[in-house]
Amino acid sequence: MRRGLRVLLAGVVAAVWQAAPAAAYMVYVSNEKDNTVTVVDSETKEVVRTINVGQRPRGITISHDGKFVYLCASDDDTIEIIDTATHEIVGSLPSGPDPELFVLSPDGKTLYVANEDDNLVTVIDLETKHVLAEVPVGVEPEGMGVSPDGKSMVNTSETTNMAHFIDTATNEITHNVLVDSRPRFAEFKPDNSEVWVSAEIGGTVSVIDNATREVKHKITFEIPGLRAEAIQPVGVRITADGKKAYVALGPANRVAVVNAQTYEVESYVLVGQRVWQLAFTPDQKQIISTNGVSNDITFIDVATDEPTQSVTVGAMPWGVVVSPNSRF
Amino acid sequence: MPFFLVSLISVFLAASHISEACAQESSQANRAVQPEQQVSEVRLGYLRAYAPQLALSVLDVPPRDEGIAGANTAINDNNTTGAFLNQKFTLDVVEVEPNEDVVPAFNGMVSNGVRSLLVDLSVAQLLSIADLARDRDVLIFNVGATDDILREEECRANVFHTVPTRSMLADGLAQYLIWKQWRRWALIYGSHEPDRLFADALRRAATRFGGEIVAEKEFADTGTARRTDSGVVQIQRQMPVFTQDLPEYDVLLVADESEVFGTYLPFRTWIPRPVAGTAGLTPSAWHPASEQWGGTQIQNRFAKANGRRMLSKDMAAWTAVRIVGEAATRTQSAASDKIAAFIRADDFSIAAFKGQKLTFRKWNWQLRQPIFLGDGRSVVSTSPQEGFLHQVSELDTLGVDQPETKCVIK
Repeated sequence: MRRGLRVLLAGVVAAVWQAAPAAAYMVYVSNEKDNTVTVVDSETKEVVRTINVGQRPRGITISHDGKFVYLCASDDDTIEIIDTATHEIVGSLPSGPDPELFVLSPDGKTLYVANEDDNLVTVIDLETKHVLAEVPVGVEPEGMGVSPDGKSMVNTSETTNMAHFIDTATNEITHNVLVDSRPRFAEFKPDNSEVWVSAEIGGTVSVIDNATREVKHKITFEIPGLRAEAIQPVGVRITADGKKAYVALGPANRVAVVNAQTYEVESYVLVGQRVWQLAFTPDQKQIISTNGVSNDITFIDVATDEPTQSVTVGAMPWGVVVSPNSRF
Repeated sequence: MPFFLVSLISVFLAASHISEACAQESSQANRAVQPEQQVSEVRLGYLRAYAPQLALSVLDVPPRDEGIAGANTAINDNNTTGAFLNQKFTLDVVEVEPNEDVVPAFNGMVSNGVRSLLVDLSVAQLLSIADLARDRDVLIFNVGATDDILREEECRANVFHTVPTRSMLADGLAQYLIWKQWRRWALIYGSHEPDRLFADALRRAATRFGGEIVAEKEFADTGTARRTDSGVVQIQRQMPVFTQDLPEYDVLLVADESEVFGTYLPFRTWIPRPVAGTAGLTPSAWHPASEQWGGTQIQNRFAKANGRRMLSKDMAAWTAVRIVGEAATRTQSAASDKIAAFIRADDFSIAAFKGQKLTFRKWNWQLRQPIFLGDGRSVVSTSPQEGFLHQVSELDTLGVDQPETKCVIK
């Protein structure tokens, strides 16, 4: 039997080797509690590498060419740059104090960073590694979203309870839209028509019309047997075709699947404890959740909305990003 | 002069904020904010009875600005938000002596335009202005008094309580002890009125959650100095003897709000047992070391602004000012009637770094909130504990619930 397994494994390896460009992506997970980034293969679902990073890693993103991972090391007041070829930290960016979340501009040249302690959004030029601008926003800036056309970005402030729309050409606020308590995340629809903003304590997702900059719909969640206070929306991701959205529900331990056109909640996927952030694989066949309290991530099949596998990572996984290009 | 005005703190927008607000006005396209709109001011007040207090440990001496610092931090937070909405929040602070008549101070503040008033007063002082406040459309936020009577027999429609009651605190502690299966308690209480009230709350919690108080003892205050150079030597011998005649127990509960003996009990009991209550494992509305649920952010900003850690009274005051701020923001109004209506609405809630939205008990205007359990260094747990269920909100397993309330709001 063991021999049979070995043969089977050899076959799998060969198959993966041959089908190389297919769909094996690298999944990078920031582990807030143990100061590491776990690298997981999206196909084998195995941990490839654990990288030691700075203090309290949270927000994580990747350059469009897949060469560098950017990581908010919040308690070190810096953004670390990880070379994805060597998995070594090769540099840092001047982030401003306590960076928590950030977003990369569609052209890949600019990083927009939320500085929680200073009520600022810091705009960083990735080429020169210089701060281009600091935009004063509300109390405890957190969520960061940039429109696919690159014209505007949204920051959410957790105690002010607003989505601040910032013109990326002037780096000035153009609109302030009130949403529910503790807005955590902002996600634009791929066609630039809407921004979805989650409110952790409010328990809702506000759909903001990007043309009028007004809330046009509020999505609420109800899970039988679960008290309303436990439903705390955080991470939001919308499919490239704009038809389906996934919302991480924190201590409700579930990811909600929402019809992005009718705003109806279609199902709830049970993942792990305290689910916070989400990321698609580039082929959009899988979406991955970080489950902080259970120290794992869950792969969800986008076609069926069924969880396929959970993988143990480091302590208190927070953020997740997937390489844009398949490897091997 | 019946009262003295120690400080009139007008919190103003920093010059940079004002210029930012002006710069943004030209590009503001939000319908609610018109460029020509004037800045509207929401004037809050903070009325407190103050006298320096001693404590058994110098680490426990209340800071001079306890509570006020929390209110000012929230005023700053409100003003950061207000800069986007042309709203400005200010805080007038007035201090009186304990037991002094507070009516003149109250009248002065209301004449000055205060319509939302935070109070850190005794029960008698608070009740002396509660009905005057109602007649002048002033909302009172109790940030200091834990007395259940203010939410029960003496509840008022215009008095909101952001500070938890003694019964909420005792229930939070009791749930944890039951969860630990430490069910047999010995109770030592002080000889002052607040000590007796907290002892009552602990007895009630025992009945409620299945704890057993196996013995009780009063520690009489004989008027000794709280600190002397060689005090430790005597205490080390006195406390074991004082607890020697107690029957077998799991936890020693202590009710000593008056700071006469409680701090001396941990590690000095006759048999080795943990201490909880006003010493040892202590229930509170906030813990200076709480970093959960975004707590790091408020802790950092509080410490940076005030040069010390945030205490429970600071959190109660922060929450009260944020409640007014939230109402002014959401209604886009500085009018007190609109603010009051918003706070009283069914769907009102506030976020205060406690992991869930906080709402008011509409039957007595007590803010529902989790209770922190800490040991002076770190947070040990927060209640309600897992498994203590409730048909409305698990937070209503803490304190007097609606079916038991004696409050009749007219």
